[in-house]
Amino acid sequence: MSDIAQKVKNIIVEKLGVEESEVTPEASFTNDLGADSLDTVELIMEFEKEFNLPIPDDEAEKISTVGLAIEYLEKHIGK
Amino acid sequence: MAFKRVVVTGLGALTPIGNDVPTYWSNLAAGMSGAGLITKFDASKFRTHFACELKGVDVTQYIPRQEARKMDAFTHYALIATEEAVKDAELNLDAIDKNKVGVIWGSGIGGLKSFEDEMIDYAKGDGTPRINPFFIVRMIADSASGQISMRYGFRGTNYVTVSACASTNNAIIDALNYIRLGRLNMCVVGGSEAAVTKAGIGGFNANRALSERNDSPETASRPYDKDRDGFVMGEGAGALILEEYEHAQSRGAKIYAELIGGGMSSDAYHITAPHPDGLGAFLGMQDALNDAGIAPEEIDYINTHGTSTPIGDPQELKAIYQLFGEHSFKMNISSTKSMTGHLLGAAGAVEAIACIKAMEHQLVPPTINHFTDDDEIDSRFNLTFNTAQERSITTVMSNAFGFGGHNAIVIFRKPS
Repeated sequence: MSDIAQKVKNIIVEKLGVEESEVTPEASFTNDLGADSLDTVELIMEFEKEFNLPIPDDEAEKISTVGLAIEYLEKHIGK
Repeated sequence: MAFKRVVVTGLGALTPIGNDVPTYWSNLAAGMSGAGLITKFDASKFRTHFACELKGVDVTQYIPRQEARKMDAFTHYALIATEEAVKDAELNLDAIDKNKVGVIWGSGIGGLKSFEDEMIDYAKGDGTPRINPFFIVRMIADSASGQISMRYGFRGTNYVTVSACASTNNAIIDALNYIRLGRLNMCVVGGSEAAVTKAGIGGFNANRALSERNDSPETASRPYDKDRDGFVMGEGAGALILEEYEHAQSRGAKIYAELIGGGMSSDAYHITAPHPDGLGAFLGMQDALNDAGIAPEEIDYINTHGTSTPIGDPQELKAIYQLFGEHSFKMNISSTKSMTGHLLGAAGAVEAIACIKAMEHQLVPPTINHFTDDDEIDSRFNLTFNTAQERSITTVMSNAFGFGGHNAIVIFRKPS
């Protein structure tokens, strides 16, 4: 697992209070991990803080699963 | 239409001298101080280094961590005290009409630390706002009553009263009137405050309201003592279950007390100083007696606002003398803030509980820390100095006054 993926997982476990085993790439924040709309906003903000990377709103709206978050971050970090 | 009667059927307390009602009461009766040096932050550069903090509260024992982190401490305290009160009232949540159960809560400030933390964090950045989406819901004062309703499914009237240190008494009086009118069968009332923070201590230091007796925190809250120098900040919560009398009887509830009246007034004078003749306090207490339909001589004990400030303490006594005359010297008076500190918006909540337990045990909790008589204070008042006093107590009055000139007074009677 990449360093980015691990950090994303840690943030999700911390903020949503779920077990790490539940945080699979296909897990949806709202449908599988119990997040509401505010939780999702908070997660995006935590990613922005952790990786020092502003995520535009129209991009953030598309990040609905763990996998999509990791994919987005891996693509944009360090470029 | 005849008013319905309102009784108290459950109590919950989270205080600097006890994390539940039995502990709180036994420490009140014993005259314990809840004051100590501030542990929540480094207060060494502040004028005041101490407060009456809560001790050993494990929030996650009551609220799942995931929920707890979306709330300010004042909401945690509200939920913890309410849980005790709901259990104490032995409510069968499946058997009552939850649409007729309200929640009216009091908080003078709300989520002060949440506001403080977020803004400190913002100030460290480059000006780009990265405000947490839970910031507002943690901070706003009404989140306490909202969270209580969600936890138990109480769908009746729901809001928070904000009248500084009179907040809870306003909440109690509002609930009294809704139940009297038949609009609610029950109401969770109470108050919570969590203002032992940099902004809270610094702010009350700035307006010179706090005691600065840093060499002796335990004796700093000394209402009516000649050398009182301000109030000691307290934190915590109190909760009461108010219930329509017949509703309580029909489910065989234990009845602690009847809430027989509430009075309200405003000083219309100054944003912090009380009226020099105690006019607002007088009018509020008079209004409470009228509302209860009782004579002044029926009051056995007044739990005063008595915050230990140089100006406030004698003016409240002046108002009491004006209203009660010679009876002022026959009743007992005490300020339990000498032990708990001043819980601001939650003061009325924990003091209502002190009054109700005083009736139950026929024991007046003391005003501790009395060392030197004040010439300004008539020595004929029985201020219950230093040790609790046994006496027959049938009817009690609890006073709460707030910055802004708000006065709210409640009267409880022992069930016959």
